[in-house]
Amino acid sequence: MTAVEARSDSATATGSAVLDLVLRFRALGLVLALAVLVGVTASLNPRFLSGQSVRDLLFAAAVTLLLACGMTVVVLTRGIDLSVGSVLGLSAYVTGSALSATGMAVPLALLLGLAVGAVCGALNGAIIHFGRVPPLVATLGTLYVLRGVVYFAAGGSRINASDLPRAFLDFGSGHVLGVPYLFAVSVLVLAAVGVFLGRYRAGRDLYALGSNPEAARLAGVPAGRRLMTAYVLSGALAGLGGVLYAARFGTVDASAGYGIELDVVAAVVVGGVAIFGGSGTALGAGLGALLLTVIDNALPVLRIDQFWQQAIVGALILAAIALDRLVSVRAARALRRKGSHVD
Amino acid sequence: MNRRRLTLLTAPILALVLASCSGTTQGEDQGGGPGGDASADPNAEFETGLTYAMLPKSVNNPYFEASSAGAEAAANTLGGEFEYTGPSDASASSQVSYIDTLSQQATDVLLLSANDPNALCSSLEQARAGGTVVVTFDSDVDPGCRDLFVSQVDSDEVGLTLLEMAAEQIDATGEIAILSATANATNQNAWIDVMEAELASNPSYADMKLVDVVYGDDEDEKSFSETQGLLQAHPDLKAIISPTTVGIAAAARYLSGTEFKGQVALTGLGTPNQMREFVQDGTVTEFALWDPTALGELAAYTGAAAASGIITGAEGEVFTAGELGEFTVGADAVVTLGPPTRFNAENIDDFDF
Amino acid sequence: MTDTAKTGPRLREAARTLATWDAAIIAVTAGFLIVASVSVEHFGTARNAGYIVLDLAPILLLALTMTLIVTTGEIDLSVASTVGLTGAAMGAMWNGGMALEAIMPLAVLLGAALGAVNGLFVTGFGLPSLAVTIGTLALYRGLAYVVLGDTAVADWPRPFTGWTLGRIGESAVPNVLVPLVLLAVICGVLLHATPVGRSIYAAGANPVAASYAGIAVGRLKFWLYVASGAMAGLVGVLWTLRYSSARADNAAGLELTVIAVVLLGGVSIFGGKGALPGVLAAVVLLVSVQNALRLAHVSTEALTVVTGSLLIVAVLAPNALVALRTALRRRRPTANGRTA
Repeated sequence: MTAVEARSDSATATGSAVLDLVLRFRALGLVLALAVLVGVTASLNPRFLSGQSVRDLLFAAAVTLLLACGMTVVVLTRGIDLSVGSVLGLSAYVTGSALSATGMAVPLALLLGLAVGAVCGALNGAIIHFGRVPPLVATLGTLYVLRGVVYFAAGGSRINASDLPRAFLDFGSGHVLGVPYLFAVSVLVLAAVGVFLGRYRAGRDLYALGSNPEAARLAGVPAGRRLMTAYVLSGALAGLGGVLYAARFGTVDASAGYGIELDVVAAVVVGGVAIFGGSGTALGAGLGALLLTVIDNALPVLRIDQFWQQAIVGALILAAIALDRLVSVRAARALRRKGSHVD
Repeated sequence: MNRRRLTLLTAPILALVLASCSGTTQGEDQGGGPGGDASADPNAEFETGLTYAMLPKSVNNPYFEASSAGAEAAANTLGGEFEYTGPSDASASSQVSYIDTLSQQATDVLLLSANDPNALCSSLEQARAGGTVVVTFDSDVDPGCRDLFVSQVDSDEVGLTLLEMAAEQIDATGEIAILSATANATNQNAWIDVMEAELASNPSYADMKLVDVVYGDDEDEKSFSETQGLLQAHPDLKAIISPTTVGIAAAARYLSGTEFKGQVALTGLGTPNQMREFVQDGTVTEFALWDPTALGELAAYTGAAAASGIITGAEGEVFTAGELGEFTVGADAVVTLGPPTRFNAENIDDFDF
Repeated sequence: MTDTAKTGPRLREAARTLATWDAAIIAVTAGFLIVASVSVEHFGTARNAGYIVLDLAPILLLALTMTLIVTTGEIDLSVASTVGLTGAAMGAMWNGGMALEAIMPLAVLLGAALGAVNGLFVTGFGLPSLAVTIGTLALYRGLAYVVLGDTAVADWPRPFTGWTLGRIGESAVPNVLVPLVLLAVICGVLLHATPVGRSIYAAGANPVAASYAGIAVGRLKFWLYVASGAMAGLVGVLWTLRYSSARADNAAGLELTVIAVVLLGGVSIFGGKGALPGVLAAVVLLVSVQNALRLAHVSTEALTVVTGSLLIVAVLAPNALVALRTALRRRRPTANGRTA
């Protein structure tokens, strides 16, 4: 009895230690890749590290980073949210219209965007949980439906920078200590999501649901409520992304955020979140988003033909998932060896 | 078993490849487009009761909304029916489906801004065979596939105006770059060619150097980041020319929020409503454009004139386009709206589009 | 209870749901075609039918192999990018002075090779197909831009481009219908009447059980990816010739439409369930609804909403029916109990 307990204890301890190491190695690998890329680019063109250039980079990364956090939460549960681009478009248009009509304050606009996104996310969650529709299908459907709604609402109109309140545009282009407000918002969200996933019961439950849904249910995880939480969170963050998008570009038309879902999924995958759930961190996804943005920005500086950009992103996704597979196979083998040792 | 099946499968393919050394290669077969033989009657009246359909590159685009307003006004004046229809994505394949639909409905006049110079041709031929007059505006197709093209401006003139504005703002010295629309865009590429030729041949531009052409794909976000990239890659850049309304607005927004504001000149083609803010805050000194509403109006009149037999598309024919005045058909059946209008701090508030 | 006693009714039940779903989607499609022919001007003409066939050809061809792949429980999001890359490669070879008769089979072979790369990553390295094909979606489209850049190749010979738009002899039957029918029959027979088809269902329903039953699941999936790539290569050829334009952005975004019709046709995204007739009906339904809406002057926005809603309802409706039936069944005994 005690022997069994001791063994299982030691097994879980080594397990999580190895896992921790793998995860840390994963984040470390991303940081390393980022450092090399930035180093090479900067050595060829020092202006890449100028204040302005770094600010531009952070501006560009803000929206993808935010959406990647939401996507991580959903992907952890073995789900996916393809509708984020359409949700972003809808939220950007709704907040843009509200801002130009009423000139509301920035925090109110952020809340409005969050609310619009949360409603869309709740719709996704309801279809998936109550309708028992697979996430890929449900969110592909809402991708079309919500984009159609944006087209209906916006038609051929466009919200111009001159329609938006000054304070909102200043929020979009302003920065504190060299860090754009938009990026600061995204990083705050990233930290919050990271803490939620790592330290809170509801967050840990998402990992359990993703690793083994049946076992998690039997262990008493309220699957329905957790799934709803995940999709509402992803929707709300996409909605918030819509507000940041409107603030950054100052121009919103019916195609805002079109096709961004693939970038976000790419960022999450490159960031080491397993597409079949149960493993990955918000920090990894954030680093993935940052890496993709840096590549986008480095190519023109390195004078690499911009036609190569998409091909490089594709190759990177393949490399990332292949690497993860390799690492996890190694880790599993190491675990097994450890296990046999104890025996 | 698999291997044998595979061999069986690939054998005929390889045989085909080997056997086809004498096959059809580039440049062998070039079919000519149909030519109009009818004769024009310059004194004919505009027919009433014609149906007009405008097919833009994509709906949900303010520029084409403005054109459609002009075309609709002209159609109403001429006592016709007007429809504005099109895909929500700017792709050639979706436009083909719309052309097929319109030709089935036997629309009298089709006003088209094309997403691809060649992909629409066979559908347009069918539409014309059914009696539809095809008038392209803004972006042309192969001249063999349409009756007339209404050009916003002479492409030489746009290129020259853009270069002239840029030169005035930087005293004709230093590096310049171009931020264009999609890499396939017909009209943008024509203007860029003109600018490159003029830079090479005109001695007063000898100190200006075109260092880069980048493409923002007419997407706000992409144009924004491409502007960023340009300024990082070329520290000595003096001016950016963006011959697209989406590009210039994105570039202006980028410049206005950075240390480059007022340091790097920006000019190009933009709408006064989108650029007003940046002219007022000093980011942009002067830019140009034609009036898209007038362009749509002229396209509708041109279509009506062709459908009524007033013109056939032969060079030198003359017709009157309502209040816009008298126009002459040029070579390749092109009708030109006029020189672009320049907008700056003094006159920008006179315009609203 | 023995195993056979358990699986017997379950199989029959599966067959019944399938039959009803197929029947339902075919009935809806037929009903729509009749109503639209009567109520929408120009819809029911031979000419319009020809346009519908031309418009659905690429979607249908890609949906055939996609059905096979999704039935095994995998997915291929890279098909539209493969269409773009093979088209771009065609353009480059044509510019290089090669003969079109040689270029066409080479394009199909290239497609097969691109499919084999997907297959290798999925079955050889055991990576999730969703992630792999999102990667190759970006990679292949990117390579198409690398190959052709900003240019379009448009000087394709008329006999070839004319064939893709032409009709058989004097009849109203479009030429492209011939390969469509041929390939649909081949895939249909393969899936529904051969051991390979049974292996596909088995691999999708329970891959572990299937491999215990002696099915080489990995090899099967690999060849399906090769087939999917070859099909995309063929579509690349057809697309390029139909629009007489090879461009890097050909067929961009088409993968979502293809997935949508496959799911609308009743194929389960988890594999093991689905049938080709339903998918064929779904393709016809989607394209003819689009066509009818255009003819009826209904805006494009409506189309986007209709596509998305159909997709959700297609999966939601059978689930809701099942839930309703169980709810009813649960209530009946209590009612009986009370009266007794």
